[in-house]
Amino acid sequence: MTDTTMRDFKSDPIVHTPSPSLPPPSSSVGVIGWMRRNLFSSPINTLLTVLGLYLIYLIVPPLFNWAFWNADLAGDSREFCDSGGACWVFVKIRLTQFLYGFYPEAERWRPNLAIGLGLVALVYCLIDGVPWRKWVALFLLVLYPFVTYFLLSGGVFDMPLVETSKWGGLLLTIVIAVTGIVFSFPIGILLALGRRSNMPVVRMLCVGFIEFVRAVPLISVLFMSLVILPLFLPEGVTFDQLLRALIGVTLFSAAYTAETVRGGLQAIPRGQYEAADAMGLSYWKSMRLIVLPQALKVVIPALVSGSIGLFKDTTLVLIIGLTDLLAMVQLAAADTGWIGYVKEGYVFAAALFFVFCFGMSRYSMYLERKLHTGHKR
Amino acid sequence: MKFTGTFLAAAAALAVGGSAFAGTLDDVKARGQLICGVTTGLAGFAAPDDKGEWQGFDVDVCRAVAAGVFGDPKKVKFVPTTGQSRFPALQSGEVDMLARNTTWTFDRDVKLGFEFTGINFYDGQGFIVRKSLGIKSALELDGASVCVGTGSTTELNLGDFFTANNMSYTPVVYVTADEIRAGYLANRCDAYTTDRSGLAAQRSVFPNPDDHVVLPEVISKEPLGPLVRHGDHQWGDVVRWSLNVMIIAEEKGLTSANVDEKKASTNDPEVKRLLGVEGEYGARLGLSNEWAYNIIKTVGNYAETYERNIGPSTQIALERGVNALWTNGGILYAPPFR
Repeated sequence: MTDTTMRDFKSDPIVHTPSPSLPPPSSSVGVIGWMRRNLFSSPINTLLTVLGLYLIYLIVPPLFNWAFWNADLAGDSREFCDSGGACWVFVKIRLTQFLYGFYPEAERWRPNLAIGLGLVALVYCLIDGVPWRKWVALFLLVLYPFVTYFLLSGGVFDMPLVETSKWGGLLLTIVIAVTGIVFSFPIGILLALGRRSNMPVVRMLCVGFIEFVRAVPLISVLFMSLVILPLFLPEGVTFDQLLRALIGVTLFSAAYTAETVRGGLQAIPRGQYEAADAMGLSYWKSMRLIVLPQALKVVIPALVSGSIGLFKDTTLVLIIGLTDLLAMVQLAAADTGWIGYVKEGYVFAAALFFVFCFGMSRYSMYLERKLHTGHKR
Repeated sequence: MKFTGTFLAAAAALAVGGSAFAGTLDDVKARGQLICGVTTGLAGFAAPDDKGEWQGFDVDVCRAVAAGVFGDPKKVKFVPTTGQSRFPALQSGEVDMLARNTTWTFDRDVKLGFEFTGINFYDGQGFIVRKSLGIKSALELDGASVCVGTGSTTELNLGDFFTANNMSYTPVVYVTADEIRAGYLANRCDAYTTDRSGLAAQRSVFPNPDDHVVLPEVISKEPLGPLVRHGDHQWGDVVRWSLNVMIIAEEKGLTSANVDEKKASTNDPEVKRLLGVEGEYGARLGLSNEWAYNIIKTVGNYAETYERNIGPSTQIALERGVNALWTNGGILYAPPFR
């Protein structure tokens, strides 16, 4: 045997190269691993997963088929809805009614302008660090309500009068919700402060109001404004329906805001009040500079919950003959041309409500993070 | 429900005691438009169309009154009212009249202080069943489950009918018409009951309308008509005769298309009185003598508005039935115009 197989150790040293480590078993990484850990970790989990998948299979494909695959969008009457799915033609044809109610077509630029102006000012105020932010906010809170009122109702500057009974659809929903939220906030804060006041008359009035309003449902407040109020008015004097609804909704939501804010006030340690007093601040100054900024920050989630609730409660105004978004959907579905397509209308209304409420909720989360300056440990 | 009813009655009674309404016609004229309470949407009777204009059989009654007062059927403001808000709205003067599928009953006429000014539609509660059940009469419904709307006279009538005939039934209760229809179509019940006009409207959107049959029994009387406040008889007369004009016009063969020609050529003294060619009939109501002509010209006669809104050629597809003229086998009958 020759030495040909012998290694030349000098030129060819043995280098220990560890064989590359094997990948983890394919059952514990990636998609499969994730599924094993999270979906099939125990018999019960497996069963629930299978059940869940089965439910999704039952619900999603038919829903998808109904809403998209088999849906009709082209055309302008019920004759075009023959595919068996959703009849979006209905929503398309009635879209402007859903958005504006009976607001005259030629004047629709006015609500558009009003809402656009409000949105621009609002977004401007929500961005940090832009110049003149204070002034824009002041405009939004003080001037803007009047501008909007005159824009919407007209009667000035050659704009024809549009009665409030013609306002409807999403426009009306927004008007009621925004008025309710904006006006109930200061009233609610005052009520909350009044309830904790040392002056017995103020305290009792505030407690009485809050407890009374909280003890009745909104629908009965609206109903009373419809049935009882005219009895106390002189004959021939009719109160604008929308105004009644606005007052009812605002006072109602103010009572709830007051209780929310009171919760915040109670969460502030006694020392903060005493420190403010020790600095010689007046009552209002100590509230404005020390107590309220902390108290309101604590109750942001509850305040926004209240706003979202109020936004959805606006649908109750149908009872006093106001045609908000939901009422317009129901009215439209009662047209002989569209009987039977109320589902599509409801889905559309639900989608709009979701967008608004979800938006509010996301903003409140952002606000919490921004103002989160050390309460959390 | 009971509390609400009592409460409403009390509120309405108070309203009557507290104020004397007079001169609605003058108010309407001064305002320049009629304010008419309608439903919050009922197929064929009142609903806004694609352009946002209110259309329907009840709506046309309002339009007729406006045409009589102003000569223009568009001078109406429609106020949607719910079952709860309709009576307070009329009592408080928020609306001048109601034309909203309201059944004329003793209580509403007497206790609530309203004046029904005629009947524009004779309705009645009926049943619809699947043809496959093989039922020919509502008396065969013993033991059936029945889909019904809650809180209405419909529910009470249903109970009365089954009790009176010694039959048992299971009510399946829903709130809105759409829910009832969905329930019935999903086989949750054997029969579906509501006013026959409503049955017709709902049946029209069934996937296979021919698989269902409306039973012949009518188990309640539902005379529907416009109403005004007690005590203003001039206004009541205006509304009453605006409706009568449409019925008389049908009797006399006057339509919106031929009224001009008839006005010029007719020899019928009643038609001459009606159209203001002879006499001062409009002036006695406080209107122009052309008022009836204006109603027929702009809104049409009873048959025209019926055909346009709920007749066989529409989606609702209701035969005239008892709502035909008395001369055609129905019970529609207007007092003579003299």
